[in-house]
Amino acid sequence: MYDIENIYQATSVKDAIEQLLAKPDALIIAGGSDILIKIHNGKLSGCSLVSIYGLDELRGISIDDDGSIKIGPLTSFSHITNDEIIKKHIPVLGEAVDQVGGPQIRNIGTIGGNISNGVTSADSASTLFALNAQLEITGIDGKRIIPISDYYIGPGKVVLKQGEILTAIYITKENYQGFTGCYIKYAMRNAMDIATLGCSVTCKLSEDKTKIEDVHLAYGVAGPVPMRCPETEKSIIDMAIDDEMFEKFGAMAMEEVNPRDSWRASKTLRLQLAKELSKRALKQAIIKSGGVL
Amino acid sequence: MANVELNFIVNDEPRNIIIDDRDSLADVLRNKLHLTSVKKGCEVGECGACTVLINGETFDSCIYLAIWAEGKEIRTLEGLMDEDGNISDIQQAFIDEAAVQCGFCTPGFIMSAMPILESDKEFTREEIKKHLSGNLCRCTGYENIINAIENVKKSRMNNQNI
Repeated sequence: MYDIENIYQATSVKDAIEQLLAKPDALIIAGGSDILIKIHNGKLSGCSLVSIYGLDELRGISIDDDGSIKIGPLTSFSHITNDEIIKKHIPVLGEAVDQVGGPQIRNIGTIGGNISNGVTSADSASTLFALNAQLEITGIDGKRIIPISDYYIGPGKVVLKQGEILTAIYITKENYQGFTGCYIKYAMRNAMDIATLGCSVTCKLSEDKTKIEDVHLAYGVAGPVPMRCPETEKSIIDMAIDDEMFEKFGAMAMEEVNPRDSWRASKTLRLQLAKELSKRALKQAIIKSGGVL
Repeated sequence: MANVELNFIVNDEPRNIIIDDRDSLADVLRNKLHLTSVKKGCEVGECGACTVLINGETFDSCIYLAIWAEGKEIRTLEGLMDEDGNISDIQQAFIDEAAVQCGFCTPGFIMSAMPILESDKEFTREEIKKHLSGNLCRCTGYENIINAIENVKKSRMNNQNI
């Protein structure tokens, strides 16, 4: 039995918001694969919870008339990986979330929870950064949409205020059409592990497939929160696909990231990984776009 | 905390019980329904010993709140038994392949294998391993477990094709 002071099961988004406002110290629980573990080990014992896990309106993936892909934040990792829209348009996201934990965790864990607990190692986060995801946040006064780059405000902290809920994740057409991507998770084990470093690249090639027309590079665990490397991206745009371009990409990325020493790995190893994984992920993304190395 | 009513289907049987809203599904299955194949190992979703099927998907029942099971279909190892009380092919295969040593992880492994065995799709050995990657065994070294699942998968696919 969990040491929970009280738990309320919300019946709608509005109901959840009202409950959260009425209980200023209540936490949102979605799949619970972080919260319940923190309760178990005592860090959150005696907490008050508002469960949104039953809100099916926040599940599922659809495509809008303008081509935007809408991902319900309660969609589990396994449902994202197996979804036809994701497989067709943004397979890189399905591949990234297929590297979270193990099968049972991918069935309970939600993409919204993955980014809303604010950790830098979230396997979905770097790819959502590379895809310029837009996040819909709903509060008592209505909805607002912010880019994912404005979502994280510090380790373990996102901009959600008490009484606000992440209600949709959008990937707009210009961020996936013509792009291919690759996410590489470096960890000590093949499963049930947390990324030492995660690197996600999406790229678009010129029509003749010889040049980089656009590239997005994002990392997890390369800084206190997931991050993009805009300078590195700019540095190779319009460059021909050759060794010089890959070397520049890796070297620039290593300069732009800001990893730290932790018990999991040293800063030095993470810098080396940032350099290597950026090149490897870009190579894979280029191959998927039909480019020749 | 509060006592709440829970209506769900467990191993094909509709159940209506009173639970504490702080209970994990593993606690309810073990303590209220005496389904003790559901093992509590790590209790933090790492070891997979408490794996059950919820609407056909594998979940660690230790980190699943019992209140969320309302209206859902749960399957545990006990549900694999046939009407006469005989064990299923996969359980027999675990015996035949010596895939059981201390046995604590076995029910979880078998429940994790169910989506593989009940799928129409073929699975490579690597794919089987990936499906079992949320289950830990400290005795067998895994090879015999994978052999057992692979054998049953093959025989079920063959029977399907006849």
